[in-house]
Amino acid sequence: MSMPFYVSPEQLMKDRADFARKGIARGRSVVAVQFADGVLFVSENPSQALHKVSEIYDRIAFAAVGRYNEFENLRIAGVRLADMRGYSYDRRDVTGRGLANAYAQTLGTIFSSGGEKPYEVEIFVAEIGDDPSADQIYRLTYDGQVADEQGFAVMGGQADVVAAYLQERYVAGASLDEALGLAVAALGHTSNERGEPQDRVIPVEDLEVAVLDRTRAQPRKFVRLRPARLETLLGGRGPSTPAPPDPDDNAPGTGSSDAFPDDPADPTDQTSGGVSPLEDPLTGAPPVAPPPVAPPEDDSGPL
Amino acid sequence: MTDSRLPAAYLRPGSSSFTDFLAEQAPDLLPARRGLPQGSAAELAPHATTIVAATFEGGVVMAGDRRATMGNVIAQRDIQKVFPADEFSAVGIAGTAGLAVEMVRLFQTELEHYEKIEGTTLSMDGKANRLSALIRANLGMAMQGLAVVPLFAGYDLEAAQGRIFSYDVTGGRYEETAFHSVGSGSMFARGALKKLYRDDLDAERCVEVVVQALYDAADDDSATGGPDLTRRIFPVVQVITENGGVRLADASVAEIADWVIAGRMERPDGPAAELTGGASA
Repeated sequence: MSMPFYVSPEQLMKDRADFARKGIARGRSVVAVQFADGVLFVSENPSQALHKVSEIYDRIAFAAVGRYNEFENLRIAGVRLADMRGYSYDRRDVTGRGLANAYAQTLGTIFSSGGEKPYEVEIFVAEIGDDPSADQIYRLTYDGQVADEQGFAVMGGQADVVAAYLQERYVAGASLDEALGLAVAALGHTSNERGEPQDRVIPVEDLEVAVLDRTRAQPRKFVRLRPARLETLLGGRGPSTPAPPDPDDNAPGTGSSDAFPDDPADPTDQTSGGVSPLEDPLTGAPPVAPPPVAPPEDDSGPL
Repeated sequence: MTDSRLPAAYLRPGSSSFTDFLAEQAPDLLPARRGLPQGSAAELAPHATTIVAATFEGGVVMAGDRRATMGNVIAQRDIQKVFPADEFSAVGIAGTAGLAVEMVRLFQTELEHYEKIEGTTLSMDGKANRLSALIRANLGMAMQGLAVVPLFAGYDLEAAQGRIFSYDVTGGRYEETAFHSVGSGSMFARGALKKLYRDDLDAERCVEVVVQALYDAADDDSATGGPDLTRRIFPVVQVITENGGVRLADASVAEIADWVIAGRMERPDGPAAELTGGASA
């Protein structure tokens, strides 16, 4: 029997993190922005059917980037959890914090357990209160970490570029059209291969936009903004004619041009090194990390 | 919930029905999943009474009185028996009040759950069938006197018209045309609706018709409450059009009820329907 080769826990976690991060970086970004009446979500998503932003409960919304089947699974679990809690207690007892906690525990357990592939997802859970000071945006990463974001939050492919753009221009208490204009401009602000910033105008048909709007009369505050509404809200925008997005990254599941190049034929193709984080490329066996220091055998001890 | 990780069943792909999920995960929360000892339980709980619904050009109106009774006792004066089921439909309940309210809550969650998971609303017939399944599950309790008989109405966005469905205790589902009523005062209400209903009603006139019908039901049925002038308690009226459903503000229902009562001061039996026989011609 061959001995499983030793992988240090640090390396194992790093490899798993790299794996998850790489999957997330392939997707396009999602932006969440707090404005006067609630929280706005914007993402570039040419698909009208596969949503990245969805409703969970009255005042709670969910947004995700990464692998669709994985975050869809989490979304459905969140809807079930919220509806179950709301039905057995009361609608007011469903909170964003409780949901974020359940997601964090789930993602954290999956990330650190050896048996499962880490989820390649990043999630926002947002909840609105009666006034802007009670609004919350929780950001959850693939390893189950939770961060409480203030003002705006970005995740996905070019998160750092988009976040830097927002950091310079974000003002609290903006109106819906101002916040939307800023978020859409931020998503269109990308850097090319040489790292130079370039701005493009994203067509309204390719935008997925939803808001948690506390001014809505219904108890359910989540509403999607359709292209016709977006056209009016955004008005005349863009310094030039719309540059359509790269046709290569319109197809679902393909990487945007700036992501780490990935060769699907090569299972060991990893940016972090030659060792696949998940399995032995030859035998397909999962890496088994032995305990870092084996305790000495002690025969004299009690059973 | 002690373990804060999402249970495996929550992450399992499966049905988009909340009731099915509940039956698997927490069957004790289902209103119909309760063992009852032998005998009739009919006298144990308050009963809700008359619900009326009528369609008009471009929508549907549903209204219910506010009385719940236990035998000869008025158990509650201001109970709500007409509820929005989702944005485009409403459900009114007659029968055992406690069970019915719980069933409505489950039905509301069922529709919302489907909408959130599938990203689209159920068709009008789909909603009516789901309600049918909930009532069918309650048959055992109905046989022991705890029957729930709802009336379901909504605006069908595909057919672009208001639609009304009635049910029996076995879950039988029947589509009604123009108007319908359920509950102990329903015969009297339906008699009034027959005489007052016109095909060319608008929303406002349709509300007047259902308030008149409820007045007639209360007039002849002791379990149906009429407008309570001293406490200012008036029927719950839900109006559903292509823009969604709204519960009419108490002030505007009060205005209509006051007007109806003023008319009854002149003629206690209500407005006289015109005769179209040949004798006067």
